[in-house]
Amino acid sequence: MTNDIFEIGGRKLTSRLFTGTGKYSDDGVIPDVCEASGSEVITVALRRVDLESSTGNVMDFIPKHMQLLPNTSGARTADEAVRIARLARAMGCGDWIKIEVISDNRYLLPDGYGTAKATEILAKEGFVVLPYINADLYVAKDLVNAGAAAVMPLGAPIGTNRGLMTREMIRILIEEIDLPVIVDAGIGRPSEACEAMEMGADACLVNTAIATANDPVLMAKAFGRAVKAGREAFLAGPGATKRHADASSPLTGFLGGL
Amino acid sequence: MIVILNGGEVELAGAATLLSLLEGRGISPEVVVAELNGHIVPGSDFGTTALNDGDHLEVLRFVGGG
Repeated sequence: MTNDIFEIGGRKLTSRLFTGTGKYSDDGVIPDVCEASGSEVITVALRRVDLESSTGNVMDFIPKHMQLLPNTSGARTADEAVRIARLARAMGCGDWIKIEVISDNRYLLPDGYGTAKATEILAKEGFVVLPYINADLYVAKDLVNAGAAAVMPLGAPIGTNRGLMTREMIRILIEEIDLPVIVDAGIGRPSEACEAMEMGADACLVNTAIATANDPVLMAKAFGRAVKAGREAFLAGPGATKRHADASSPLTGFLGGL
Repeated sequence: MIVILNGGEVELAGAATLLSLLEGRGISPEVVVAELNGHIVPGSDFGTTALNDGDHLEVLRFVGGG
């Protein structure tokens, strides 16, 4: 397992769990979450400075070794996503960007067309683009052509903790798309992250499930282990399932009757 | 003069730079990114970027998100 390196945008990663910084009741827990999860990639968002009140800086809580993955949340069009991505890069925190283009406020489902358009523009500008998408084969193919560094299909709508509702479609992406598949959004429990990894997903991004747990640090540890376990199971190659019983013990050599 | 800062009107007494506006409002220039009239201003240029009446200025920062 020591050689199981995951590489995106030229960066070698040993952890396949990406984490977020949203929804923590206290950002002060973020460093412990990072350490407990083993995560090396962490997301942030970009927003207008609040001119009325000063708030803490989330960046103060992100360990320096971590790869920052700003998102374009709030973008409703490709142009807005491009604008946010350029602003995020101007902060001097690298070239990685998670594209979100969303105009549906109820389910926060991503707009595949706008996402592909933004990805194409930003990939040409040298960004390492990780687009958040529906688990849709054609959108994923468009993103391969657009120069994405990975695809990030949703398991369920953002923040719902409902798990791998799109598992069969994710399975198809894993099979058909020659880019890392990172399951993002909806994963609520470590067992679901483990299942995604067993299926052959390359990584999982988990925010809400960790941030809203009663004990975020312990949940982060559980997710870190689950993702690792699922990855190891995938590499090990699970045995076939059968309809009828197939004895594990030999069916000969029983004790004789008394 | 009046500039539009993050969507709201702000009245500035005399000549001002992007840096003086931020510092006057207690905003640390190191943690923000600015867009003036649709163009990104590099942090190193904050001190030399003069503001003019009617300018549209956006000042953003990283916040928690997923």
